[in-house]
Amino acid sequence: MSKKIKMELQCPMPKFDFDFITLGHGSGGLLTNKLLDSGVFDVLSNEKLDKRHDGAFLKMDGEIAFSTDSFVISPIFFPGGNIGELAVNGTVNDVAMCGAVPKYISLSFILEEGLPMTDFWKILVSIKNACDASGVLVVTGDTKVVDKGKGDRIFINTTGLGSVHPKANIDILNVKVGDIIIVSNQIATHGISILSVRQGLEFETTIESDTTNLNHSILSLIEEFGEEIHLLRDPTRGGLSSTLNEISRDAKKGITLQDADIPIDNQVRSACEILGLDPLYTANEGVFIAIVSKEKAENILDKMKSFENCKHAAIIGSVVSDHPQKVVITNTMGGKRVVSMQVGEQLPRIC
Amino acid sequence: MKYLSEYRDPVLAKQILDEISRIVTKPWKIMEICGGQTHSLVKNGILNVLPKEVTMVHGPGCPVCVTPLHLIDKAIYLAEKKEVILCSYGDMIRVPGSKQSLLEAKAQGADVRILYSPLEAVNIAKDNPDKEVIFFAVGFETTAPANALSVLHAHKLGLSNYAILSSHVLVPPAIEAIMSDEETLIDGFLAAGHVCAIMGMKEYYPLAEKFKIPIVVTGFEPLDILQGILMTIKQLEEGRFDVENQYERVVKETGNKNAKKVINEVFRVQDQYWRGIDVIPNSGWGLKEEFKNFDAEYKFPLDLVVAEENKECIAGQIMKGLKKPIDCQHFEKKCNPQNPLGAPMVSSEGACAAYYNFAVV
Repeated sequence: MSKKIKMELQCPMPKFDFDFITLGHGSGGLLTNKLLDSGVFDVLSNEKLDKRHDGAFLKMDGEIAFSTDSFVISPIFFPGGNIGELAVNGTVNDVAMCGAVPKYISLSFILEEGLPMTDFWKILVSIKNACDASGVLVVTGDTKVVDKGKGDRIFINTTGLGSVHPKANIDILNVKVGDIIIVSNQIATHGISILSVRQGLEFETTIESDTTNLNHSILSLIEEFGEEIHLLRDPTRGGLSSTLNEISRDAKKGITLQDADIPIDNQVRSACEILGLDPLYTANEGVFIAIVSKEKAENILDKMKSFENCKHAAIIGSVVSDHPQKVVITNTMGGKRVVSMQVGEQLPRIC
Repeated sequence: MKYLSEYRDPVLAKQILDEISRIVTKPWKIMEICGGQTHSLVKNGILNVLPKEVTMVHGPGCPVCVTPLHLIDKAIYLAEKKEVILCSYGDMIRVPGSKQSLLEAKAQGADVRILYSPLEAVNIAKDNPDKEVIFFAVGFETTAPANALSVLHAHKLGLSNYAILSSHVLVPPAIEAIMSDEETLIDGFLAAGHVCAIMGMKEYYPLAEKFKIPIVVTGFEPLDILQGILMTIKQLEEGRFDVENQYERVVKETGNKNAKKVINEVFRVQDQYWRGIDVIPNSGWGLKEEFKNFDAEYKFPLDLVVAEENKECIAGQIMKGLKKPIDCQHFEKKCNPQNPLGAPMVSSEGACAAYYNFAVV
């Protein structure tokens, strides 16, 4: 199974003329080519990218899954990862959630003038490592540079393509009353790891982002359980509650959750308490939600627990005919409440 | 963390609930003062497991909700100045002023920063000598020591570019105002545990005596609140009106002496306008004369036109406990967190937002 990638400068950084990204690196001229030649193309080299055409020529079988995502995270380096691996894993996971095997991604940088070359290099190397871990190739891309102050050091867009697995049948229409909801790992870890290093909020913790590629785990599940898996989603921004609300709304069915069953690391839970945040609304990266048939739920759960990146997987609730389009949670006191969609950004409470 | 989970034990909760049911013989209305307790009551579903005799009334204890509209307008006006960095606690920035919120001002280029501590704002002032740094110092007695300390800290560092925009409100005068209202229906109070952790319990004895009401200093976890309710009901059923301390693990009779010393050094008691309620005499803290250079209202004098509150909002009646959010005809319809008519729908501790976000099924 995919192991967490630790960022390392495996290949030495080539000698560039500048210590920082300059506007010239986005001009399309000599500096751009130098950055690409001794940087991007060299690190990410593969047969399709090396053709250096305006676009990539690809052959793919059957139905195609296609997904795009832009990454604007701040800070760009955080405990457990950086924006580079996040950009690869995010798109790889989105394609995997379609029941597809991700194969190719595009990679576009918007760099802010003044970005240290060493930072760019670290990010590039972690992109390469994340591609290798998930088994995708970068086949096309773009690099633009914007004036200082017009960006936030580095923005990355990735778009991914994958072949839908013949045994997969992922569709919101497959979500049925009685289906079981499994979450693949502890929630809210990524969001809290980012907050722990945001300016002004620094607090001491060993919490690391859970960013990882989930495609190998998903593939194993689909191969073994096929159509028993009705829906897959990764609850990134907006957290578990937003994704479950979307599912409930689109499937026109109710969802019930058991608060006590939702897996969450004790440190993360404590940090949420201290910061006045609700873990249900806090972002995840290496977590997915599987909505599966009742009959196979326990088998699917057991299989998931055997994967390193799903070892805390748990059944957290089910799909019901009551309260359609609403997510209702039963807490440990036996009280029930509606879990609503988050409004705006989650803001910490005063006291 | 174990310390928290122990106070959420469902078996113990059931025992306390059973005990409440056993001793209660008639209907009682208990007000929890603090917005944090309202949040916990609703989030943990306690409201729908209490026996029908017990009605919880949600008090005015959300500092965000009672911060006057004109002060929010002033914060926005200051934030829009190029030389100003406006720092605030998180949930203050979405509260609508008469025209917009701090969040919208931020989107239009104002430098608005969310902080957890005013001391962080002092550091920002130190690091940005060419900027005026203003901390939007709202809150009850709980946040006052840190806000006062930030002023002392800036004073010690000799900073002339740090000020606070202060809107401090006090719990005991609010209880006095609520109980003096002829319409009041409250039989007992859960006092705010963290406020008492700072101030102690002394101020509450005269109130209990004067109005013949039990006051129980209560914490915020589900078991704390249930036990606080049990202690209040017990007093009511026995005809007692004492001040009791449920939150002994945090609250001392005398409060926190050091915190009170810092507060007294920096602040003086003043009349305070509570949004949605009115002016309550001696219910706020303002900066003392010798610290006026750290007072944003003194430093940046401006008379903004005081905008009128939306008349459709019944915030006052809700915060005085006369009505519940669901009694408002606009609740969930015209008024929701995306488009709030008044402050109690904005802050997550506001009674209306708590009802909206954690709707009881």
